[in-house]
Amino acid sequence: MGAMTAKRPVRRGTRTPGHAAPPNRLSWRAKARRDWPLLVMNLPMLLVVLAFWWIPALGNVIAFQDYNPYTGGIAGSPVIGFTNFALLFQDPQFLRAMLNTLSITAFQLVFYFPVPIMLALLLNSIVSVRLRAFVQGVVYMPYFFSWVLVVAIFQQMFGGAGLLAQILRDNGREAVDWMTNSDTFILLITSQTIWKDAGWGAIIFLAALSTIDPNLYEAAAVDGARRWRRMWHITLPGLRPVIVLLLILRLGDALNVGFEQFMLQRSAVGSEASEVFDTFVYWSGLRTGDLGYGAAAGLFKGLVGLLLILAANRVAHALGERGVYSRS
Amino acid sequence: MTVLTSRRRRSTPARLAPWEERPSPVARLGKGTLVTLIVLAVLGPLYTIVLTSLSSSATVNRVGGLVLVPDGITFEAYRQIFSDTVVSKAVLVSTGVTVVGTLISTGVSVLGAYSLSRPGSFLHRPLLFSVLLMFVFFPGIIPVYLMVSGLGLKDSYWSLILPTAVSAFNVVVLRSFFMNIPGEILDSARIDGAGEFRILWRIVLPMSKAVTAVIAMFYAVGYWNAWFNAMLYIDDTRKWPLALILRQYVVDSNPLPSATAGVTGDAPPTLAIKMAIVVIAVVPALIIYPLVQRHFTKGVIVGAIKG
Repeated sequence: MGAMTAKRPVRRGTRTPGHAAPPNRLSWRAKARRDWPLLVMNLPMLLVVLAFWWIPALGNVIAFQDYNPYTGGIAGSPVIGFTNFALLFQDPQFLRAMLNTLSITAFQLVFYFPVPIMLALLLNSIVSVRLRAFVQGVVYMPYFFSWVLVVAIFQQMFGGAGLLAQILRDNGREAVDWMTNSDTFILLITSQTIWKDAGWGAIIFLAALSTIDPNLYEAAAVDGARRWRRMWHITLPGLRPVIVLLLILRLGDALNVGFEQFMLQRSAVGSEASEVFDTFVYWSGLRTGDLGYGAAAGLFKGLVGLLLILAANRVAHALGERGVYSRS
Repeated sequence: MTVLTSRRRRSTPARLAPWEERPSPVARLGKGTLVTLIVLAVLGPLYTIVLTSLSSSATVNRVGGLVLVPDGITFEAYRQIFSDTVVSKAVLVSTGVTVVGTLISTGVSVLGAYSLSRPGSFLHRPLLFSVLLMFVFFPGIIPVYLMVSGLGLKDSYWSLILPTAVSAFNVVVLRSFFMNIPGEILDSARIDGAGEFRILWRIVLPMSKAVTAVIAMFYAVGYWNAWFNAMLYIDDTRKWPLALILRQYVVDSNPLPSATAGVTGDAPPTLAIKMAIVVIAVVPALIIYPLVQRHFTKGVIVGAIKG
């Protein structure tokens, strides 16, 4: 979700209200003399970005090396071209990670994506302002909990020693440990995602709902449209741009299915069901120590993700939406 | 997801409009049930967790799990936790990282966002580009890991702060807010001889209190909740933040390392103590949350809806 907002478009030559002298007239020296305080302000951020984005991004060269940190690091390790990538595609575990990631994305597109929309419609239909504020306050809350906490809470509810098992046992039924069942893992993580994020996800749809002109509803009602028809002909078309945009963005983000959530539960359900790209990178690279191999997996994911985002953005533009970024 | 906008317009008025048909009793009942269930799905688990953490081990044993009906309240679990050094140390570490990290992140982001709020300034485009790239590409876990260990930050608290110190998202939100401040105000300050730092501190920041507060709270929640970086970089169990304790002790039911006494003995963790740790991990989120929520209700936070 993070990547969703857009920067404001900055057109060359357009003056943002009142920011001094129009650009492009001054020589770079004069500009530098004028703007050095801004550069000083930028410096701390630049250092962080350099150290933890640019240098690591370039450090991906180790994906093309037989990298060994102890015998010389990047400079001393032999270059082996695309061998790591070729190996990746023969690695059943990597293919499993890819398959899992894509099927989880597809599953959640069907079973998670509509939930915030429905929740927003429900919240919007609560007439009492106070009650609605209360319900909103409650459903947004889990978004602020950490994944460790969410997993802990789910474990206490649905685990082998959890509340559900306890109630079933008290009634003489057999208890199921949902937390370690790899067959139902996809249901488990989707319900966790719904519990944690659906409320927060509804905000954007509520905002879109609030921009629909109330007069439309009144006019439709006067023309005899009942509740459901009004929803079908006014509300949903009003939400359409946001839904389309979020859908495209989600597709652009298809390789990300939530990282900590899977890291945390990998040992409980086994890697068969829970291996996704990020966990594969971690286990193949950092756990087994084959850093070049892990980096290759990470780089593959990063580059495919980049292509997907660019493609999604292009689709968004083609549909007349603004997308993740606009050309500045 | 935060963009500051003006007060939200409501699509439905506070009461039913005269033209609106009254919902049937069945529909109202259905909606009421649904809303109740949703609220219970969130509050129910929290209720039983808090209650269990406040129950004596006798009660927990009698029930055989989480406590649903209160039967005597005791702070025994909390007393045990805080009499033990491991968990109290972890709370301290998490608090310290959160406070220091939030200060650094917010400061760096405000300065950075302001420095990028002036199109046409020296090196504006390359600097902006370098931040925006963070949106579309992640360098990968392993190169970042190598960088952090290369800087000698392993087992240092800085490894929990610096790699995540700047969120491109937050910078962009701040920047677009700063860009909406009417330029006449800034120009008049400039004519009066104020430098950029003074303008930022005296004019821009006071006008952006709400957005800065929201950004700071998002950073704070992020630091408090972070688990993966700690797992990656902190091997020394004495430096563990609360998230690692939560994983080790509550989720995996492993005894805590460097056992001293009380909680960390060899005995499997008792449920009340586990739940008390969960509560301790939730509490800051619950404290911060109403502060952010004030801004939701004022309509501050409106998702990526543009314009």
